[in-house]
Amino acid sequence: MRKILIIVTGLLLPSLVWGAGGGYTFPNDEIEIDWNDKAAMQNGARTFVNYCLSCHSAAYSRFNRVGEDLGISDELVRENLIFTTDVNGHKTKIGELMKTTMTPEYAEMAFGTVPPDLSLVARSRGVNWLYNYLRGFYVDESRIGLGINNGVFSNVGMPHVLADLQGLQIPKYRIQDDGQGNEQEIIVGFEIVKAGTMNKSDYDKTVHDLVAFLDYLAEPYKQTRKNVGTGVIIFLFVFLILAYALKREYWKDVH
Amino acid sequence: MSENKNSNGLLGWIDARFPLTKMFEEHLSKYYAPKNFNFWYFFGSLALLVLVMQIVTGIFLTMHYKPDGELAFSSVEYIMRDVDWGWLIRYLHSTGSSAFFIVVYLHMFRALIYGSYHKPRELIWLFGMFIFLALMAEAFMGYLLPWGQMSYWGAQVIISLFGAIPWVGDELTLWIRGDFVVSDATLNRFFALHVVAVPIVLLMLVVMHILALHEVGSNNPDGVEIKKNKDENGIPLDGIPFHPYYSVKDLVGVVVFLILFSVVVFFMPEMGGYFLEHANFVPANQFKTPEHIAPVWYFTPFYAILRAIPDKLLGVIAMFGSIVLLFLLPWIDRGKVKSVRYRSTTFKWLLVMLVVSFLGLGYLGALPVTETRTLFAQIFSVGYFGFFVILWMISKNETTKPVPERVR
Repeated sequence: MRKILIIVTGLLLPSLVWGAGGGYTFPNDEIEIDWNDKAAMQNGARTFVNYCLSCHSAAYSRFNRVGEDLGISDELVRENLIFTTDVNGHKTKIGELMKTTMTPEYAEMAFGTVPPDLSLVARSRGVNWLYNYLRGFYVDESRIGLGINNGVFSNVGMPHVLADLQGLQIPKYRIQDDGQGNEQEIIVGFEIVKAGTMNKSDYDKTVHDLVAFLDYLAEPYKQTRKNVGTGVIIFLFVFLILAYALKREYWKDVH
Repeated sequence: MSENKNSNGLLGWIDARFPLTKMFEEHLSKYYAPKNFNFWYFFGSLALLVLVMQIVTGIFLTMHYKPDGELAFSSVEYIMRDVDWGWLIRYLHSTGSSAFFIVVYLHMFRALIYGSYHKPRELIWLFGMFIFLALMAEAFMGYLLPWGQMSYWGAQVIISLFGAIPWVGDELTLWIRGDFVVSDATLNRFFALHVVAVPIVLLMLVVMHILALHEVGSNNPDGVEIKKNKDENGIPLDGIPFHPYYSVKDLVGVVVFLILFSVVVFFMPEMGGYFLEHANFVPANQFKTPEHIAPVWYFTPFYAILRAIPDKLLGVIAMFGSIVLLFLLPWIDRGKVKSVRYRSTTFKWLLVMLVVSFLGLGYLGALPVTETRTLFAQIFSVGYFGFFVILWMISKNETTKPVPERVR
């Protein structure tokens, strides 16, 4: 096993040096997250526990912390956000980490890989990537079993979990030059072929809110950080005036 | 000794048993520093400040961190989320490491422009270079500890460089890792080295650096020896006591530094992925190589030199050579005039070439390689090494301006 690892590492090392240039992906929209919009985050939290937490965990985060930060009472968190159970079948306690009920073994069997933990996904992927990824699923019959592909994350193993909301869409292609004289097919748009329960703008809003929640989840203390920072910097500026005055006073007699 | 004064009270009692007042006078209140220190002279005391900050925040991180392949990543997130003010301590430490390099690079550049490595300050420079080396080791090993993807694969790549050394290479990498791949064993030893061994070496070197400095006295922007002109009491005419003059002046520098530092810590701790890389928010996975592996920004100039050379062994030699040359600077520069103010135009252009090359390499080292970039990295590498070669050639018979007798 180790030998193989060493060989694989050895083979991969040159690829590090070449790296992979960022290719073209679709969609490629950008969003702004408003950290004061608690309603959006609450809405995102609801989507998250209903659609994501069944397979993905958010194992660095606690339910009650989410409730506290987003202004949801413990009671409401228990009723509306906690749907998981522990090994004995008891409802997950409010102070617990947001783990998924799915076992890694089952996940491996179902998806061929364990779905990644989502606590930090907004920091590793970025909010724009998430926003596009969750809106980028399209029908691709060539993918046996899934029948789905993604314009942002090609050949991803994740099914389109939000399909009943968004519906199903097929891509519109355009042929273009890849800059080196080869023709390539790129996605330039989507067309809904089977309607979901939401129209496009409602779905975009749902994804936006979900991403806002994921952004919160990745750094729950972000707002505190900025508030403390403002105070610290104001203090330092006042201190700077005093320190500079002290320096001037002492240096008067240096010629 | 200090028997004639302070012989009473607590201080007198201590002074009779320990040279407290003597040391305070020698290194602060009666250490005479040139009065013409400028902007560039803030970075020594700032480096000391950052060192202390790294040690203090490091101690608190150690209280919560778990050096274990299974737990390391989540213990960092535990610090960030569940430990009171843990996020602050962690960001201070992670931003501190980058700040340390910024400050140290500027401190080294100061020595370069004002010739602070010239006789009689060669040892100060050498101790300083060993500090730089220890700092790189410290930063490299510290970066493995969060156990993210970039921690893991960065370490994998850097350690594998030692594998390029003929005959012993493979054995050496095995010995460094303690395993065939970067693993729990590597994490544990890096933790031990990062929190105990290297800091001790670092502190010892800093003491030696400062002792050597205070033995010969500080250089200054004019490159004039202030000890040549003393008054009847043996005090340099152009010297002022470090304390209070420079302690109050450095305090201003400290506050300005802390303002800039706070902007990063509180408002942009990732610094766009340069201080905390995005891939490091994914736990280490030895089966999954990230698309693009780049070392943290402070290593990228040297990494770019490594990649600029097609042959791995030669690349490694060039990379280490680029640091060895810095050690030899006091002997490569054969000039008699210290400060750039009185040196030749050629020297000034050489400095420009060095700075451009170093920054260029640093920029390229963070990016994936393309043909054009490699070409530029090669040009900048030539510029970097060219600095030392040309400096050695021109410095012996350099046309310089007359150096003043006293500082201005």
